Amino acid sequence: MSELTLTVMRLGFLAVLWLFVIVAVQVIRSDLFGTRVTQRGSRRGGSDRTPQRQQAAAPQQRQQQPSGRGAGRQRRGAPTKLVVSEGTLTGTTVALQGQTISLGRAHDSTIVLDDDYASSRHARIYPDRDGQWIVEDLGSTNGTYLERTRLTTPTPIPLGAPIRIGKTVIELRK
Amino acid sequence: MSSSTTSTTTISTAGPPSRRNTELAMLAFAVLIPVFAYANVGLALSDEMPSGMLSYGLGLGLLAGVGHIVVRKFAPYADPLLLPLATLLNGLGLVLIWRLDQSERLARAAEAQGFVYGASAPNQLMYSAMGVAFFVGVLMLLKDHRILQRYTYISMAGALILLVMPVFFPAKFGARIWVTVGSFSIQPAEFAKIVIAVFFAGYLMVKRDALALASRRFMGLYLPRGRDLGPILVVWAMSILILVFETDLGTSLLFFGMFVVMLYVATERTSWIVFGLLMSAVGAVGVATFEPHVQQRVDAWLDPFAVFETGQGTEQIAQALMAFGSGGVMGTGLGQGNSDLIGFAANSDFILATVGEELGLAGTMAILLLYGLIVERGVRTALAARDPFGKLLAIGLSAAFGIQVFVVAGGVMGLIPLTGMTMPFLAYGGSSVLANWALIAILIKISDTARRPAPAPAPSPDAEMTQVVRP
Repeated sequence: MSELTLTVMRLGFLAVLWLFVIVAVQVIRSDLFGTRVTQRGSRRGGSDRTPQRQQAAAPQQRQQQPSGRGAGRQRRGAPTKLVVSEGTLTGTTVALQGQTISLGRAHDSTIVLDDDYASSRHARIYPDRDGQWIVEDLGSTNGTYLERTRLTTPTPIPLGAPIRIGKTVIELRK
Repeated sequence: MSSSTTSTTTISTAGPPSRRNTELAMLAFAVLIPVFAYANVGLALSDEMPSGMLSYGLGLGLLAGVGHIVVRKFAPYADPLLLPLATLLNGLGLVLIWRLDQSERLARAAEAQGFVYGASAPNQLMYSAMGVAFFVGVLMLLKDHRILQRYTYISMAGALILLVMPVFFPAKFGARIWVTVGSFSIQPAEFAKIVIAVFFAGYLMVKRDALALASRRFMGLYLPRGRDLGPILVVWAMSILILVFETDLGTSLLFFGMFVVMLYVATERTSWIVFGLLMSAVGAVGVATFEPHVQQRVDAWLDPFAVFETGQGTEQIAQALMAFGSGGVMGTGLGQGNSDLIGFAANSDFILATVGEELGLAGTMAILLLYGLIVERGVRTALAARDPFGKLLAIGLSAAFGIQVFVVAGGVMGLIPLTGMTMPFLAYGGSSVLANWALIAILIKISDTARRPAPAPAPSPDAEMTQVVRP
């Protein structure tokens, strides 16, 4: 066998061996979190951001507005996403696909809250059998507020109603 | 345009959680690499594609496929990397053993000493099949790893029996680590490492509060109370006894190291590591002063090249070091090295030297990383496990695996005195392959339990009776 072929095979084998190692590390990387975080394109991000800035400028107005709007829309359509509207994660969205969303400081939560006022397993949001989304406080220290009320039982979430956990406010949107 | 407080990320749930298809893809990759290596060896040695390539590749693929199907059925949420990594190492080991089988030098040396020189690769393939059968058996029979917790003290007795047994059998190659029945011989220490991990995990889970909390602070270290030192002293004494009566440095280092790691993980006290290192240093130095076999090993480690001047002892270590050196960065290529100069045990204890010569530094690093990834997945499993017993068992098994790799690789490379242990999966040896497949099976079982998604919230029975307060 020619020298050249053997050299190519030798280097090729090392490359393949290292490729396996790299692919294995990639598998680990995708395995680290239970959720996938993607950056939205700048075009969509820009259009999303405008209403949020308005909300941040007038939080008082925003909090009152959805409660009236939410009650009317609830019957017409189910929410499709959960949006963080205040706090360090502002702008983060989670698609609602029938999965349970956990919130808290614990690293395996769907939304990991970096907030001293949040408990490690603070609350969860899940669909009941009719597809109605329910928020449940998991015995947190500082409580979970739906609009202005502290939650004591699992409660259905009206569309657009603010859920406050520590410094973070989330809401369901269509 | 963008404000610093606004993030533009979307969080979505990542695919189906089981990741079995990822495992299948990795497994296919892990079977193809050894087939490539096999072809490479054949072309380098005899200028033609080796005849057994198809059957060999099919055999490895079949074993991997059986393992995969059983994991799919019995551990659907298991870690996707453990099985492919083990398969790749086992496959590469088979290729390297087959490559050393072709060496005329080894055949001549064996015949000169009066042995019948037989090919080892078919045996190793049979051991691998038995290992995968073991793997399948553990996955099918062990419904939940917490069942093992019931057998804490039975496994202690079992481990002691396994460890003491070789004393009553004749020494083989200078160390009493073999149990020989007829023409069949096993190394019970390989199995003992799994059994004793079960005992340590069960014992430390119960006793860890006493070991962690009852201590005094002294110079930044938590000093345990005298009576809490009992267990570590017992394990230490046992390791010393293994070292004295079985003249086996590797096994005694493995058990003591494993215990210290598990003690540290269970109690979070750094002082145990300090004590452990001190005690193993004292023990090893103490035994080395009066035990001739250990002394020989230490001398061979301190001056491996003295054998060429005095003509006494073995030139294995010197040949292994020269193999690593002549390999260089990129290696000589599979089938083109002279690592068979090592002679005896070239395909078992010293197989890493063949990797070092024929694949070079790059290949050796890749192989060590593969071992590192197995240990990493084990530690990750321990982090994810929800029950303390599973955590301790996973960390103990991965620590045993890691320590074994360190002890063997360190011995072959001249970092520490050589011990008679085998590289897991890579080296020739039935006991080693069987025990390590069982070890991987237990890790896969624990990771399946740990990664299984939490059950959906149960509809509470009084949810309909209670009035929901609406704001």
